[in-house]
Amino acid sequence: MADATTRSWHGIVLDVLRRNEVRLVTYVPDNVLRPLIEGAHADPFFTAFPTAREEEAAGIVCGAWMAGMRGIVLMQTSGFATLPNVLASLACACQIPLLMMVSERGTLGEFNLGQALVCRTMRPVLDALGVEHHTITRLDEAEFIVDRTIRQAVGTQAPACLILSPLLTGGKVAS
Amino acid sequence: MLRNTRVMNRFDLTRRLVAKLKDEAVVGGIGFSNFDLWASSAGRAENFYMLGSMGLAVPIALGVAIAQPRRKVFALEGDGSLLMQLGCLATVAARAPRNLAIVVWDNGVYAITGGQATPAAQAGTDIVAVARGAGIAQSAWASDEAEFEALAEQALAGDGPWLIAARIDAERPAKQTPRDPVLHRQRFMQGMGVREG
Ligand SMILES: Cc1ncc(C[n+]2csc(CCOP(=O)(O)OP(=O)(O)O)c2C)c(N)n1
Repeated sequence: MADATTRSWHGIVLDVLRRNEVRLVTYVPDNVLRPLIEGAHADPFFTAFPTAREEEAAGIVCGAWMAGMRGIVLMQTSGFATLPNVLASLACACQIPLLMMVSERGTLGEFNLGQALVCRTMRPVLDALGVEHHTITRLDEAEFIVDRTIRQAVGTQAPACLILSPLLTGGKVAS
Repeated sequence: MLRNTRVMNRFDLTRRLVAKLKDEAVVGGIGFSNFDLWASSAGRAENFYMLGSMGLAVPIALGVAIAQPRRKVFALEGDGSLLMQLGCLATVAARAPRNLAIVVWDNGVYAITGGQATPAAQAGTDIVAVARGAGIAQSAWASDEAEFEALAEQALAGDGPWLIAARIDAERPAKQTPRDPVLHRQRFMQGMGVREG
């Protein structure tokens, strides 16, 4: 395996998902997530597909988990903002380890005011629901954080959210 | 098509469906859809009672169907709930799970919140036409109880995805599902063979 510093963040995430048997990847796309989504589609280990809404993507992953298959939902910050009811009523209420990965828009160079505002609702919502979340800012910490978060979510039967900071991904900047 | 369909009863149809089942999974949508599922077959471990996530019976059932491709999965969803998450019909069509059947209880109203008409009822939206348009070719109205049973048999025997829509009356369910989400989840996982118990 290549040294962590020479690997991409998305390569690390895909490796950790494979190692933890997280096979189902549902998403509403985001530009920053593109290489991760493409990587999941390219590997037959994964069942990866888009949904019309993030709620749907979360429902599918919750259903799959109850039937024995692990999954993760990929989305952008604005997509996360559509999820509180599903998190509260399904993942939290039923104690389902719904894994979420959010590409963080709205900070560190955001050019869209709406994104900047909705971003501020994300962590308060996660905190209000008591959902474990970690923000990944450094490549050398990515593997540890993703791996341990998945294990804890599964072990404690609790949803968890991994936030991909622009510090890690480069984010999206106005062109 | 819609005009010629009999107005049936959700509890009666749920009972008729459940009577045909062996190890198939059933996901009951919010409110009356899962209340009547509970009333018809409370002891069935293969039932999942979705308590609060309006519109998610079909996505949850799709997830189950993906995880266990050899098990047939039924989603029982109210028309108002499906209307809230119509995009999931395109997702189902795109995945084309052979083991998924969607049953839509169409009473034209949000019954549990007081019977307010849905916009679809006011507009005359035909949910079967919507489903076909979304790409679920095997979508049909059940014109009476016998046809509902025939469509259910077809869904059990053949490759899906299927969508069966039934017009239903305003009768309230005989029972309420206990509000214990963890219990339902745990039982369902046992029913799916994922947990011992
Ligand atoms: C997101 C969301 N919006 C609104 C509600 C309130 N609500 C609960 S059940 C329901 C109506 C469901 O209608 P339908 O699926 O047609 O089933 P019916 O009550 O007619 O059996 C509504 C509006 C809710 N629980 N969640």
